[in-house]
Amino acid sequence: MTSSDKTLKIYIPRDAAAVSVGADELVSAFEAQAATRKLAIEIIRPGSRGLLWLEPMIEVATPEGRVAFGPVEEKDVASVLDAMVANGSHALRLGVAEEIPWLKKQTRLTFVRCGVVDPRSVEDYIAHDGYRGLARALTLDSAGIIADVTTSGLRGRGGAGFPTGIKWKTVADTKADRKFIVCNADEGDSGTFADRMIMEGDPFVVIEGMTIAGIAVGATKGYIYIRSEYPHAVEAMNEGIAAAKRAGYLGDKIRGSAHAFDLEVRVGAGAYVCGEETSLLESLEGRRGIVRAKPPLPAHKGLFGKPTVINNVLSFAAIPFILDNGAKAYADYGMGRSRGTMPIQLAGNIKFGGLFEVAFGITLGELIDDIGGGTFTGKPVRAVQVGGPLGAYFPRELFDTPFDYEAFAKRDGLIGHGGIVVFDDTVDMSKQARFAMEFCAIESCGKCTPCRIGSTRGVETIDKIRRGERVAENIAVLQDLSNTMKFGSLCALGGFTPYPVMSALKHFPDDFGPVPTRLQAAE
Amino acid sequence: MNAAYEPNAYESWSADRGTEIIESLSHVEGGVIVILHAMQEAFGYVPEPAIPMIALARNLSRAEVHGVFTFYHDFRHEPAGKHVLKICRAEACQAAGGDALAARAEAKLGVKFGNTTADQRVTLEPIYCLGLCATAPSAMLDGRLVGRLDEKRIDALVAEAQR
Repeated sequence: MTSSDKTLKIYIPRDAAAVSVGADELVSAFEAQAATRKLAIEIIRPGSRGLLWLEPMIEVATPEGRVAFGPVEEKDVASVLDAMVANGSHALRLGVAEEIPWLKKQTRLTFVRCGVVDPRSVEDYIAHDGYRGLARALTLDSAGIIADVTTSGLRGRGGAGFPTGIKWKTVADTKADRKFIVCNADEGDSGTFADRMIMEGDPFVVIEGMTIAGIAVGATKGYIYIRSEYPHAVEAMNEGIAAAKRAGYLGDKIRGSAHAFDLEVRVGAGAYVCGEETSLLESLEGRRGIVRAKPPLPAHKGLFGKPTVINNVLSFAAIPFILDNGAKAYADYGMGRSRGTMPIQLAGNIKFGGLFEVAFGITLGELIDDIGGGTFTGKPVRAVQVGGPLGAYFPRELFDTPFDYEAFAKRDGLIGHGGIVVFDDTVDMSKQARFAMEFCAIESCGKCTPCRIGSTRGVETIDKIRRGERVAENIAVLQDLSNTMKFGSLCALGGFTPYPVMSALKHFPDDFGPVPTRLQAAE
Repeated sequence: MNAAYEPNAYESWSADRGTEIIESLSHVEGGVIVILHAMQEAFGYVPEPAIPMIALARNLSRAEVHGVFTFYHDFRHEPAGKHVLKICRAEACQAAGGDALAARAEAKLGVKFGNTTADQRVTLEPIYCLGLCATAPSAMLDGRLVGRLDEKRIDALVAEAQR
């Protein structure tokens, strides 16, 4: 502990968002600077803490804790390194990372290690309370584990909000020669990146959650279906699985127990609809991602016709905390029937965008104005879309809506996967409605008519409205079409596309009419 | 990940190599998509003769494999340009001014989305969300991610792709 004490430990995120704004280049720049100065440094690549407007946010270990700097550009490297060595001031110095108010205000249960640990190291995961949930699960029987998950109140974080414990119990109670655990990591909603961040920043929490699920329901094989747009997450999960296997946390006898569990990553191929669970199962089986009619439920007949637990990444990632700290510790957070925390993603035209994990119940207004700081363009917020391309657009009048499954449903919206996309006053809402229909038309699997045909007719009808052709009649057609899609579609793609369309029409009626007139009026 | 940043040098199609890929993945349950990915990784696209070979190996009809191949946006039936520039067109990037930058890239390259420049240098494609929604607008050039795009950065990216 003499020479190594002098080694400067620098943390540069490997998260894709940090990489997209230059984190990899910073690694080379720091190495070059250190070599010139003959300075001993060690660079560690954690995930991101989620303060994405500050990325690349880098940290240095000091006696006071990890001190952050950001956003750091290549030109800043020399002076930042000076400040690191001297533990002195710098314009980009943010202080001890954990003390940054934006981070301190959060309740990090799922993302507690993200941005902190080295995602390639099982040892680091364990050193930060990892695998304690599994250790406890191994002392319980199936019913004991499922009781904890049920009591915690955890609901599917993919968007549907179905109680996770009930899903697990159904699979546990179904007899079969093989059962499967499937992790839905096809995070296709624009404005969402929590799955990506946790997979890149703390892959073991997902692995641990899936392993506990396997033990609970009696499944020995799990698949993680990750979209191809996430190459960094694919790499992180593959490395995590390999490391967990080496350490005896996956494989034949998990930690010397009688339980076997193995994991495999499968990569999607650019179809949004594969985020729908039955379409995902079809895709995993190597087929077109065509939605299946339910029943049978995947819990009864899922992957390869066997009982299958299929949950979102964030649902699995919540499990280790629940098993480790008890169901009550999780259920103590939240409001109404929405228990625990939600990793909310603030995106689009927002000043302080990133991942904000907080108990359910915070209002939309607090999230956008107080946490998010409004738009980065400095213009007024006009609309926010919550819950991805299938989520409703809310105007400022609805900013008192608390983040809660039921509260959003009551206002014809949905929280979905917790993504919020902010738009300023330059947004054209009939254009956004048109995009929702167009996206549905591109991504429809084609199985049911309301979605396949309705979306194309929807684009045409909105085009007519925007051209000023018989506007009132065509708005009536659009409403009728949306109703047909909402109630007649087989899955959420066709069924929820009307949410952005109808909410845009309802809250921003002035945007639905001939474009030239509107633009003149605005000038 | 550095290998992915380089413009890809692909193998040229041979039936033997195709067979080798199919056989190396014979243990993968429900593995048609896995094989199609492997084909595209090796050859840069999925050559037409590979389809009946996969069908035979997997005891499927040629139509079924063709159906899978055509369902997914990722799979190409012909080689892409030397560089592939994917620009995110989804809502978060739209909110951050992505539409104007996308139009700028189209104008600079002289092609519409979904097409390759006449000199076969650049294929321009839309992508629906890279998950970089708080560092929007974003794009991916040959596997390299670029966020916080503005006019200057998109111009540099287009110029890099054209090189």
